Amino acid sequence: MGNISLEILQKNGSLTLKFGGEVTVYTINKYQNSLEIINTSNIKTVELNLEKVTFLDSAGALFLDIFEQDMKQRNLDFVLTCENDKILKTLQLVKNHKRDLVYEIDEKTSVLEKMGKVFYDYFTGFLSFLSFLGEMFITKLRYLKSAKTIRYKEIAYEINDSAIKALGIIIITSFLIGLVVAYQSAYQLKLYGANIFLVDMLGLSIFRELAPLITAIVVAGRSGSSYTAQIGAMKITEELDAMRTMGFDPYRFLVLPRIIALMISMPILIFVADMMGILGGMIVANVDLGISTSLFLDRFNEVISIKHFFVGLVKGPFFAFLIASIGIYRGLMVQNDTQSIGYNTTKSVVEAIFAVIVCDAIFSIMFTNLGI
Amino acid sequence: MIIEVKNLKTIFGKKIVHDGLNLTINENEIYGLLGPSGCGKTTLLKEMIMLQEFHGGDINILGNSLSNISSSNAQKLRQNWGVLFQAGALFSSLSLAENIILPLKEYTKLSDKMIKEIVAFKIDLVGLKQSDAKLYPSEISGGMKKKAALARSLAMDPKLLFLDEPTSGLDPLSAREFDELILKLRSLLGLSIVMVSHDLRSIYDTLDRVAIIDDKKIAYEGSVAGATQIDNKFVKKFFSVKEI
Repeated sequence: MGNISLEILQKNGSLTLKFGGEVTVYTINKYQNSLEIINTSNIKTVELNLEKVTFLDSAGALFLDIFEQDMKQRNLDFVLTCENDKILKTLQLVKNHKRDLVYEIDEKTSVLEKMGKVFYDYFTGFLSFLSFLGEMFITKLRYLKSAKTIRYKEIAYEINDSAIKALGIIIITSFLIGLVVAYQSAYQLKLYGANIFLVDMLGLSIFRELAPLITAIVVAGRSGSSYTAQIGAMKITEELDAMRTMGFDPYRFLVLPRIIALMISMPILIFVADMMGILGGMIVANVDLGISTSLFLDRFNEVISIKHFFVGLVKGPFFAFLIASIGIYRGLMVQNDTQSIGYNTTKSVVEAIFAVIVCDAIFSIMFTNLGI
Repeated sequence: MIIEVKNLKTIFGKKIVHDGLNLTINENEIYGLLGPSGCGKTTLLKEMIMLQEFHGGDINILGNSLSNISSSNAQKLRQNWGVLFQAGALFSSLSLAENIILPLKEYTKLSDKMIKEIVAFKIDLVGLKQSDAKLYPSEISGGMKKKAALARSLAMDPKLLFLDEPTSGLDPLSAREFDELILKLRSLLGLSIVMVSHDLRSIYDTLDRVAIIDDKKIAYEGSVAGATQIDNKFVKKFFSVKEI
């Protein structure tokens, strides 16, 4: 970056610095290194000679200005030799702008204060989620009263988008889960010669717990996150505000169709997951334990009552509600910057999965106590 | 001559945007690109700053021909210009100061104190308060964002500045301030400035020369005063807007 030169002449109490070449943002660190080693202890005047400088940019001017201030602080006489009008102008420009360096002041906070802040944030976050739920229920009530205003088209679109298109991944995941669970337990069961009990185990675990949970987790990762990103992006581009000003309630146009769509489609997805999980288990039973398909189905019919199937299915709409409402709520929480979309999408998936598992635990306790 | 566009051709699918477009931009001048919406002003600007490929002809910037520039030369060239985007395009995860610091840290070996001085100077130069430096882009107004983005584009002391609608979205007062700032920077830092603008006041006050793009070509190139004289539908409409 250009040729640079610095001549340092020291003569009975006066120091002359002859700068040459380009003094720019790229070169000043080289000048700085040579200036640092100068000893000013027995010097009275400093002369800054810029006659050979070909180009000075604002960073270079700043650098020279700082040097000048530094020399003046040491009570040295300062002389500037320069005839280039352009360079003098740049130097003057730098002098005209005051630069109070603003240093970050570290505010000291105690652990207690930090904890308090975190808990308070969680608390207000929880309150704002409740207010979101409240607003949603009010809108729901208002619009469910008259069937005309329900956005059937949006609901159908969302069912296609978040359920039909998710079928493939749910089929594969649940099939593999059934396969793996059966395969792992087949080995243990074989030890006791209790091969046929694989059917009981598979039926209970897949119908009651595994299929609903796996479906919910896949949907949370797939549809919940996309709700957050979609609505978050709409918020950044002010589309939501535009809708509001035109009298389209976002709750009616965006929130309710998504929630209703997911609540309708979740049981269907769970049903598919049930079938595929059992199919996976059946294949392992056939290959590994020698239980024929007809024997498997006979035993299945005998030991797995229909209530287990419904227990799993009933959870569907509840999980769907949690996933959709958390996803949308997080979308609405997006602030006006791009970071916020990523942050809230992560949060939405994590929170949705957590909520689903808590909800599942509550169901589990409830059903057990009810004797279902 | 700092930029020369020769026989430029741009095609999007079936739509021809530019066909045989020529213009030259001289050193230390403020050059405006004007034209009806959809005529490809912003496309031309993006082609100049290597964000958009063109399909024929050539653009020569600071002695580099963009049609066959090596990636290392392109990288060097990028350090010689600053670009101000329409909405600022400040990095939202960084504070204003950090936005300006980023290129300085990346491209120079300056000491932290020196960088701080440069940032403080640039912030004052564009008319922001030093206390604003700590703020994040989401915490400031549109006008401040433009100023901060300008400070960022000036961080490396570029010779060339590209401005995309610098005064759009600003209130008239801030817009005039911005015009003054641009004029001041041109004379103080010896910048050459290329801008796309629709702001009539800004066009009259700041531009030295103007190019009017219409029908895939340059309909006029020259002084702003001369532009009003030519026979072009867009020009007649555009310059007949009464100032309030």
